[in-house]
Amino acid sequence: MSLETNQKPQTEEEKKKSEMLLFLSSSEEKEHFLSKANRKILKDPLDDNNPITVQVLGICSALAITVQLKPAIVMSLAVVFVMAFSNVIISLLRNSIPSRIRIIVQLVVVASMVILVDQILKAYAFDVSKQLSIFIGLIITNCIIMGRLEAFALGNGVYKSFLDGIGNAAGYGLILIIVAFFRELFGSGKLLGYEVLGHKGVTMAESTGLYALGYEDNGFFLLSPMALIVVGVLIWIQRARNRKLIEEN
Amino acid sequence: MDLVNLFVKSIFIENMIFAYFLGMCSYLAVSKTVKTAVGLGAAVIFVLLITVPVNYLLDNYLLQSGALTWLGPEFADVDLSFLSFIMFIAVIASMVQLVEMIVEKYAPALYGSLGIFLPLIAVNCAILGGSLFMQQKDFSGIEGAAVYGLGSGIGWFLAILAIAAIREKIAYSNVPAPLKGLGITFIITGLMAIGFMSFMGIKL
Repeated sequence: MSLETNQKPQTEEEKKKSEMLLFLSSSEEKEHFLSKANRKILKDPLDDNNPITVQVLGICSALAITVQLKPAIVMSLAVVFVMAFSNVIISLLRNSIPSRIRIIVQLVVVASMVILVDQILKAYAFDVSKQLSIFIGLIITNCIIMGRLEAFALGNGVYKSFLDGIGNAAGYGLILIIVAFFRELFGSGKLLGYEVLGHKGVTMAESTGLYALGYEDNGFFLLSPMALIVVGVLIWIQRARNRKLIEEN
Repeated sequence: MDLVNLFVKSIFIENMIFAYFLGMCSYLAVSKTVKTAVGLGAAVIFVLLITVPVNYLLDNYLLQSGALTWLGPEFADVDLSFLSFIMFIAVIASMVQLVEMIVEKYAPALYGSLGIFLPLIAVNCAILGGSLFMQQKDFSGIEGAAVYGLGSGIGWFLAILAIAAIREKIAYSNVPAPLKGLGITFIITGLMAIGFMSFMGIKL
């Protein structure tokens, strides 16, 4: 895969756009596939620049599907796919898109990718597709995708954009899976549908595992407000660990 | 009566933010002051009120299976519903462009303070979510779709207004440093969502 080296001349609008770029990396003649800079692009979104907890993008469709682990994993994979390939396509087209209509072009590219994912899910995983209901469609308006297209793919080469897409989608998926893990574990005592805390029978005598000791599921975790609170606590933990992320007010 | 029921339900019980987390990005980013929150909320109500009925017409006369029968009996088994994502988002993007032009002309101050978030309504999940929920709910007439769009818009408006007012006040309180800003906003939104759950079960 070759890296694009030609930079287009900067107009007023281009300059404004480049101010928004988070990583202003000049493309070099030749670079190793996993050079330090590329690894940074891939790894940064997992923690220091996480799309959900730091960039505050893509929360919209993130939280409602975290009641169980399985739909959260499927959703993360769908976002990885959509994001990596729409980043690549926009990056390929970046020198021929007039900046006035770029939003529409981006939406069309993302929407076509999402239609692809939706049709595949309907064909091969119908029950999950039913569970995700409108949230697959909402990947189109997932701010993280548009945000990365605007901030990264429009100004960087194909391979870098691909890595950025994978990295950011993985950072998004990571939070999704952590939240879903806690909600499914505490809410229904299961993980991926397996009863990891033991079986809950009708009476105490029929129960096994923790339930035999009198443990009860916290049904509150199944309700939507808990997703917000779990993310709030995650942000708290992350920022207590990584103090440079703390906001002023 | 059904319409009133639908209206109240879409504002309080199926609130876009507290029940489905739709439109969270702009909800979190523009809720620092009440003034901008009101502007964005009003824009969302307007765009939802227009796009949901327009998309309802598109869905029923163009996209659903059998929707094209008005063209002739040979179109009876054409199913274009896989195109609905692209059609909906195109309608939304053009409506947002229109709203942007109107606001720029008649309320330049508001236009300045909304900044980038006006074009971002196009990618506000609440707007596309409204259209997709409308498709799922299968309303019997266009008035149902319009009421649903208006109700969800007002619900979103109420939510962003409430959080903006709370955030203005919370600036004066002692929040633990790592929780400041985003973290505490999430937790407050969660608590507010618990409050909104008390509307469940109300039926008019």
